[in-house]
Amino acid sequence: MTSAQLFNFTTIGYFAAMVLFFAYLATRNKTVALTATVATWVGLALNTAAIAMRWVESTRMGYGHAPLSNLYESVVFFAWSIVLIYLLMDLKYRQRAVGAFVIPLSFFGMIWAQLSLSDSIEPLVPALQSNWLTYHVITCFLGYAGFGVAFGASIMYLIKVGKEEKSDPDSPAGGILSIFPSARVLDDINYKAIMIGFPLLTLGIITGAAWANYAWGTYWSWDPKETWSLIVWFIYAAFLHARFTRGWVGRKAAWLSIIGFGSTIFCYLGVNLVLSGLHSYGGS
Amino acid sequence: MTAKNRSFIDALWDFCCSLKLTVVSLILLAATSIIGTVIQQNRDPSEYLQLYGETTYRIFEALQLFDMYHSWWFLTLLALFALNLTACSIKRFPRVWRMVRQPVLTPEDSHYRTLSNMEEVVTKDSPENLRDKLAAVIKENFSAPTITEKDGRIHLYAEKGSWSRFGVYVTHISILVIFLGAIIGNVFGYKAFVSIVEGSEADQVWLRGTREPVDLGFTLRCESFSVTYYEGSMRPKEFKSLITVVENGEEVIKDRPVIVNDPLKHNGIVFYQSSYGPAGDPFFTFEVTERASGESQTYRLRKGQRQMLPGGASFRVADFAPSFQNFGPAARVDVMPTGSSPRSFTVLKNFPQFDQQRGGDYIFNFVDYKQRQYTGLQVAKDPGVWVVWAGCLLLVVGSMVAFFLSHRRIWVTIRSLDGKSGIMIGGSAHRNQPAFEGFFDDFKKKLREEVKGS
Repeated sequence: MTSAQLFNFTTIGYFAAMVLFFAYLATRNKTVALTATVATWVGLALNTAAIAMRWVESTRMGYGHAPLSNLYESVVFFAWSIVLIYLLMDLKYRQRAVGAFVIPLSFFGMIWAQLSLSDSIEPLVPALQSNWLTYHVITCFLGYAGFGVAFGASIMYLIKVGKEEKSDPDSPAGGILSIFPSARVLDDINYKAIMIGFPLLTLGIITGAAWANYAWGTYWSWDPKETWSLIVWFIYAAFLHARFTRGWVGRKAAWLSIIGFGSTIFCYLGVNLVLSGLHSYGGS
Repeated sequence: MTAKNRSFIDALWDFCCSLKLTVVSLILLAATSIIGTVIQQNRDPSEYLQLYGETTYRIFEALQLFDMYHSWWFLTLLALFALNLTACSIKRFPRVWRMVRQPVLTPEDSHYRTLSNMEEVVTKDSPENLRDKLAAVIKENFSAPTITEKDGRIHLYAEKGSWSRFGVYVTHISILVIFLGAIIGNVFGYKAFVSIVEGSEADQVWLRGTREPVDLGFTLRCESFSVTYYEGSMRPKEFKSLITVVENGEEVIKDRPVIVNDPLKHNGIVFYQSSYGPAGDPFFTFEVTERASGESQTYRLRKGQRQMLPGGASFRVADFAPSFQNFGPAARVDVMPTGSSPRSFTVLKNFPQFDQQRGGDYIFNFVDYKQRQYTGLQVAKDPGVWVVWAGCLLLVVGSMVAFFLSHRRIWVTIRSLDGKSGIMIGGSAHRNQPAFEGFFDDFKKKLREEVKGS
């Protein structure tokens, strides 16, 4: 089986998971939630196999580099990272409704990669021929994924608190909201996911600096991509400090988390599409 | 010191320590950093003038927006951030040290009231019985408690992860260490550039920005430079300079390949492959055949150099392109015959028969050309870089400890109440309270069951 086919199945898997999670919101049926989670695990397995197969194919072509070198490869890896972090957190929290707000990120990522990005395996240009590439990309994307999960939880939080405030405070929220985790748990998921993402982003920035120092002789040059990663870092550092000591839980934390993820996406894609600099995704 | 002075200094100190300042300076750093990603940094003034016009240019120039990350206001912001970090740490550290070294073992009732996780239970069991039972439960579900009896009350205190309170200080210090490394690099190091033509030498490099020369203390010789491409494409595979280092008349490093991602290091100075280009005019080799006689002769000449041909005519290479459309190397040749006006035409290296069809008196065959290259090397000397890495290591370790570990404490006080026992249970975590709350709810349930079960 080729990696392209496996990526197709991955997309189908995430699609099925997403639809099932939506169905769970509608039906509030525990079995549906379980099926959705199983579909997510299957999707992750397929995604993993697809990435591994792409690596094998690259080796067969005589290049043999990890599939983390262009926009297509980074998007499918981002999808993988988000699902991984989501499932790890699911093991602890078992709040299945969150899946309906996180899995779509991976599904739309996969769809975008497959429909409009070039999936050809290209050899590495000299600047990317380094093991630092692998460490740098893996740590950054796992960090981004943490922020992605936090983003999903924050959206849910805002919906939940918004609805609760409108309705009678004594009666529990009905409808879809009844299977949303409690505001406290959502806030906690937001915080935990950022706690996973932040040290990983820190590591991503450090590995990037180490690589830059090795390849260009300067660990920091205020290149737009570097600067944006630092901006994201500042935002989440502000989030953590505001929260740690002054109990900035709740609505403000949710909004900071959403702004943080927006900046993350700009750092990942916007910088390349709008600004100019060293990170060009191999000319794509 | 007057009271007014005193209060001013207090207020200043409080300002330096405040968390509001931390959050505000972080958000300001994030927001202002965006500017430098939108306005390209350190370009030529003429570029800016063209892009922004005179007035805007002057305003931006005055605000130092063209090199904003080194502007006085951005550096001030960073300094404020560092000051805040230091002040916060100085202010909080002694209290935290006491908290870790001398925990509250015999809490008053007022202490319990300050805890957000608190519970009171009254039961018939005797305090002594309860002490042993509860100690066992705490040990099983949390950690072994310290038991202290004072004024007829029994206090149990248990804690986990007390040293994790220091993680945040390690993180804060690490950022200062990184700043220190950056300062060391700026003061004692330099960033420079050098171009060396194949076959020639350099013992100086030019500073970035000021373009002043710096003596290396040794000599670099570029033996050769080459670019290789992936088969069947114009996608570069490798840029390689062969460099020899000569120190005190001795070749200490010979023919070291310097490629992207594999720099050359000597005496603490690092050389990175960064650019290349043609050096001077290429040498061309032409074979010219006189159509009438069929005789050929080979000439070697530079661009623009006039070369006599048999029969009194002359020619020169007027222009050259290493890649002309898709035809490869091409030269434009001017022929100046005797008694008629000069003629200009193009010859292609990859198509040797091409010029025969032109029908001129001389047939030109572009045999070859030699283009010497120069290699461009980035040069960096940065004695602070290891300090920066040490800071990064501390940052990672410190933040992991600060984020994932928390100091959790549980107090239980038992007192007798007219044949019954009153139990107060309290707990706190210095981080991540929601998770601790969850744990504490469970824990309370277990304690209550234990008490009820008696």
